[in-house]
Amino acid sequence: MASLAPTFGRGAMTNHWVDIKNANLIVVMGGNAAEAHPCGFKWVTEAKAHNKARLIVVDPRFTRSAAVADYYAPIRSGSDIAFLGGMINYLITHDKIQHEYVKNYSDATFLVNGDYDFGDGLFSGYDKDKRSYDKSSWSYQKGADGYVLVDNTLQHPRCVFNLMKQHYSRYTPEMVSRITGTPEEQFLHICEMVAETAAPNRTTTFLYALGWTQHSIGSQNIRTMAMVQILLGNMGMAGGGVNALRGHSNIQGLTDLGLLSNMLPGYMTLAGDKEQDFTAYLASRTLKPLRPGQMSYWQNYPKFHVSLMKSWYGDAATKDNNWCFDWLPKLDKIYDVLQVFELMHQGKMNGYFAQGFNPLASFPNKAKIGGALAKLKYLVVIDPLATETSEFWKNFGEFNDVDPNKIQTEVFRLPSTCFAEEDGSLVSSSRVLQWHYKGADAPGEARGDAEIMAGLFLRLQGMYKKDGGTFPDPILNLTWPYIIPHSPSSEELAKEFNGKAVTDLTDPKDPTKVLVKMGEQLAGFAQLRDDGSTSSGCWIFSGAWTQAGNLMARRDNADPSGLGNTPNWAFAWPANRRIIYNRASCDAAGKPWDPTRTVISWSSRQNKWVGMDVPDMRLDAAPDENVGPFIMNPEGVARLFAVDKMAEGPFPEHYEPFETPIGTNPLHPNVISNPAARVFKSDMEAFGTARDFPYVGTTYRLTEHFHFWTKHARINAILQPQQFVEIGEDLAKSKGIKGGDWVKVMSNRGYIKAVAVVTKRLKTLTVNGQPVYTVGIPIHWGFKGLTKNGFLANTLTPYVGDANTQTPEFKSFLVNIEKA
Amino acid sequence: MALQTLDIQRRSATTTPSPDVRQNLQTIEVAKLIDVSKCIGCKACQSACMEWNDVRDEIGVNVGVYDNPPDLTADSWTVMRFSEVEVEKDKLEWLIRKDGCMHCADPGCLKACPSPGAIIQYSNGIVDFQEEHCIGCGYCIAGCPFNVPRISKKDNKAYKCTLCSDRVGVGMEPACVKSCPTGALVFGSKEDMIGHATGRIVDLKERGYANAGLYDPQGVGGTHVMYVLQHADQPELYHGLPKNPSISVMVSLWKGVTKPLMSLGLGFVALAGFFHFIKVGPSKEDESEHESEPH
Amino acid sequence: MLNKTRLVARYTAGERMNHWFVAMTFILLALSGLALFHPFFFFLTNLFGGGPWTRILHPFIGVVMFVSFLSLVVKFWSNNFITRADLEWQKHLGEILANTATDLPEVGKYNIGQKYLFWALVVIIPTLVLTGFVIWRPYFAAFFPIPVIRVAVLVHSVAAFIAISAIIVHIYAAIWTSGSIRAMTRGTVSAAWAKHHHAAWYKKVTEENKL
Repeated sequence: MASLAPTFGRGAMTNHWVDIKNANLIVVMGGNAAEAHPCGFKWVTEAKAHNKARLIVVDPRFTRSAAVADYYAPIRSGSDIAFLGGMINYLITHDKIQHEYVKNYSDATFLVNGDYDFGDGLFSGYDKDKRSYDKSSWSYQKGADGYVLVDNTLQHPRCVFNLMKQHYSRYTPEMVSRITGTPEEQFLHICEMVAETAAPNRTTTFLYALGWTQHSIGSQNIRTMAMVQILLGNMGMAGGGVNALRGHSNIQGLTDLGLLSNMLPGYMTLAGDKEQDFTAYLASRTLKPLRPGQMSYWQNYPKFHVSLMKSWYGDAATKDNNWCFDWLPKLDKIYDVLQVFELMHQGKMNGYFAQGFNPLASFPNKAKIGGALAKLKYLVVIDPLATETSEFWKNFGEFNDVDPNKIQTEVFRLPSTCFAEEDGSLVSSSRVLQWHYKGADAPGEARGDAEIMAGLFLRLQGMYKKDGGTFPDPILNLTWPYIIPHSPSSEELAKEFNGKAVTDLTDPKDPTKVLVKMGEQLAGFAQLRDDGSTSSGCWIFSGAWTQAGNLMARRDNADPSGLGNTPNWAFAWPANRRIIYNRASCDAAGKPWDPTRTVISWSSRQNKWVGMDVPDMRLDAAPDENVGPFIMNPEGVARLFAVDKMAEGPFPEHYEPFETPIGTNPLHPNVISNPAARVFKSDMEAFGTARDFPYVGTTYRLTEHFHFWTKHARINAILQPQQFVEIGEDLAKSKGIKGGDWVKVMSNRGYIKAVAVVTKRLKTLTVNGQPVYTVGIPIHWGFKGLTKNGFLANTLTPYVGDANTQTPEFKSFLVNIEKA
Repeated sequence: MALQTLDIQRRSATTTPSPDVRQNLQTIEVAKLIDVSKCIGCKACQSACMEWNDVRDEIGVNVGVYDNPPDLTADSWTVMRFSEVEVEKDKLEWLIRKDGCMHCADPGCLKACPSPGAIIQYSNGIVDFQEEHCIGCGYCIAGCPFNVPRISKKDNKAYKCTLCSDRVGVGMEPACVKSCPTGALVFGSKEDMIGHATGRIVDLKERGYANAGLYDPQGVGGTHVMYVLQHADQPELYHGLPKNPSISVMVSLWKGVTKPLMSLGLGFVALAGFFHFIKVGPSKEDESEHESEPH
Repeated sequence: MLNKTRLVARYTAGERMNHWFVAMTFILLALSGLALFHPFFFFLTNLFGGGPWTRILHPFIGVVMFVSFLSLVVKFWSNNFITRADLEWQKHLGEILANTATDLPEVGKYNIGQKYLFWALVVIIPTLVLTGFVIWRPYFAAFFPIPVIRVAVLVHSVAAFIAISAIIVHIYAAIWTSGSIRAMTRGTVSAAWAKHHHAAWYKKVTEENKL
């Protein structure tokens, strides 16, 4: 999501599952929707069947999605930016862009700081020692009025459009093919198909998932595609958008609630250790408009933040104590999973809670993860299943060859319920919060996660009360208003996220008029205030449980528009908006680009925006006010130039995977891989080279399984019982491997053994003049569960992540293979 | 109307007609349509089949392909068959066909079955095995042109897809159809399914599959499970789907002419003996021969 | 009178037991086989404890019959070569069946009809066994391709038809030819019977006795 927010303002799938059926062209790239999201993929088949849509799949493997595609092209894993950058170049040189859209709804016209530069693989401001950029030159030119300077003629050499054009002019079809291995004519064919949707009444939708995120340049992969969508004018349109398909049923909920070390609920951020001053903390996040009249919705940050603190600390949070700002941690750095395990590996951590998380299986370089866990004093595993992590200390032969005598970590296993054993809500990719009901009682002594956490909290709080301690305030003052304190209910938590009036809320224009009575649920985040009179545990969820009740439990599937929009089915954040940025579905005058797919439009009669969806716009913002459709961005428009939002540059640039099969970067041999990616010293040493490990390894999931869970479920185990790897026929032939043979796959970090599946679906690619073979490694096996015991695929993967999200590079690394 | 009939129109090893006073009422032939061009091979149908029918195959091994379980078994009544083909040069296709009972109008299994009522055909076209009557001889396997029935190792009874006759009997679609996420499986009257297929074939032809077509082989009288194929001219591409399936000549001979002819033949031989005896009496040595015995 | 009751030994106790063992298993096989052949005969499965038991027992009985039949074949082999005299005898078959034959060539231990039966069974019973293995579930059928099974099941039923027909003829011939059955029940036949039906054999055994 760290690529969409810098581009559009919000980090989420922009449209929704059902809306895919409205597309004219569907591009599945950086994902395998049929395999990983078969239920959502239904809407792709609907688009094909009822909208004559075409489906393109670009993937290193001929996937299950490719099996039903109209057009498939192979690509080398880790070269997507080259492909999409080439597509940007194609769209510009062939003049296949939606001019009105780009001019009005993107920053194409904005002038960029004169110091900004790019040359030989590096943007301006690089610090080689710190492996990071001083981003001050990655900014717009501002006028005396504080607003950004623009050139609506797009002639100025420093306008974003021209800088972008220049940047991607290097991505010629020949260069694209040289880097990606995609045959040039296939690349061009896809460009032609995509270019057709630059017409205002045609849309492309992109579906992607971990195939783009799990790279050291993952966020930039996605940003490149987002730029393509801006150029095509597809954002905000029904059947368009950028559709990040989330795999876990509630992984969208995880990011929404800020379960990342540097985040607060609702995409607010924790303060860094240099941000001790509350006013400065708020000021840097309360974004003022960069162009006149823009909504710049983050101007409301103080309302969201204060309401959050009121939700957490109730009466203890006052204006005088800065709403308990001092009680929040201030970060010296981001404590993402890779960082945490690095610290653990260095022996700097004593204890670790793995709640619904199986890091031994899910994180790269299993040997390092296992070694790190062995240095803990205690490990608590909260999970419905007996995970590999919970038995990392146990010897399972070759699969987990450890000596339990040498591991002193005390492991506590707390069995928890799974989602079907509790009431609650799940947030889907579409940002839809849908309430669900318990289907069965949990087995044995399993308890809900909330109950487990409450039990821990109440005991800790009791100890602080009894014994005191250093800095007890945040623990002692936390609000705990639940009827059964040791077991907060999902309903109570959901109401808390929505928020309520702490005192009577009166109309600012007429203080005698009470809008919301004290204690009542709020109707939405528009009612939040920064004076302590409202509370909300997650502002974007506000509106989900109002005085009208639990809107997440709504089940009205009426679709009045026929476009698959069901406003009374559950609840979508923000504000039950189903297609975000939907103001961009209309031209500057407020008329829909495609009247047959009207999402909203300006009604001059009613003087407001009306339509099938909740307008993503101030309702009375008349078109001539020129309020931009990307209301979260202070620019009001989408960013082709990401200013300082990305770690490795404002324009995506192709960098090779850290383990590259070609050993160079054809664009700039001096800067091969992501110069801003964080690499720990010992991990740099664990990278392999193409000399020893000549083949591209890539890990992925199969539709028969869900991560490392369903190997515990009999039916899934029957459907895919045993570990395998996939290789192409050429590689198999040269190695004397036949389908069904046992093979050993090695990286510089370890090896796995598996059954070989020899397939035509993995073609040999010619990259930079040399043949590149791919070894496909599905991840689902381990040494716990009902499937045949196998190796954790992450024995092989490298310990490096994306520079923005630290998502590990699971998709592209180097291996060797031999007959076992 | 009456898709859900459980009236029996045909019964194995039974020479007398089934009850048919209701024959002229509105019994509608049903069909499941499998649109291979929409199938993503997710195996949801396999899961649903296991769940609804309460069957669980053993947890097997990988034999070098995606297909798993690798074949139909008495516990796996449907499996996905994955075929990698290049009909046009350098244009790879991954054809994924859901395999299972075709519910033939003229079922070879029923024809071959020696046990009365072990295989029945409902008047809506579903061919169902009644395992309590099954004797485990496996003749149905020899009779089937599609290699579908399997004998269970647990109870030596034959099993195969029932087209969820228990669900259809109460007006529901088969479990596999219910579970299919992409609409590759649809269920309804055979007439409607042919209509649906016609629309799909138009779409496929427009996408460049000139030989797209419906697989409803007439050699077995048509089937109540049909396929939409991108290459209907070459069904063998789809993991050996037979091009012109029919009940084997061997089986037809065996269960066709030989069965009554040889039964009659045996009766004739026995009767011939009897009447021969009646006509000529016993063959006896002469009295004279006794007397001429050497001394 | 003495002459009339004078007896000639035709089968040893071992041969008789072997024959009847084969005969009993054959009957069981015929009944169980017919039961699975035509719905008309399905009721016969009741004799074996129902359909599944019929299916289970039939092939095992078949193996038992085959083994005992082999033993019988070994015992009877040398007396079943067809001779010139047999062919001559065969020309009179019409008269023989009509009970009007006179001046027949002398027949050895077996006449040509019996020899045909013998050789027919020598061919057919192994055929039944071989095809039976191909269709034997659950043990062996799975090793054979389905087209082979289809051929086997057809051949099996045709072979069984021939075998059963032949055995019906055999049984009838034994009933029709008075004094034959005791050969297999008591082991002996009357000298008159022997002289009438198997003169050459009769001469041979009486000469051997004289020696």
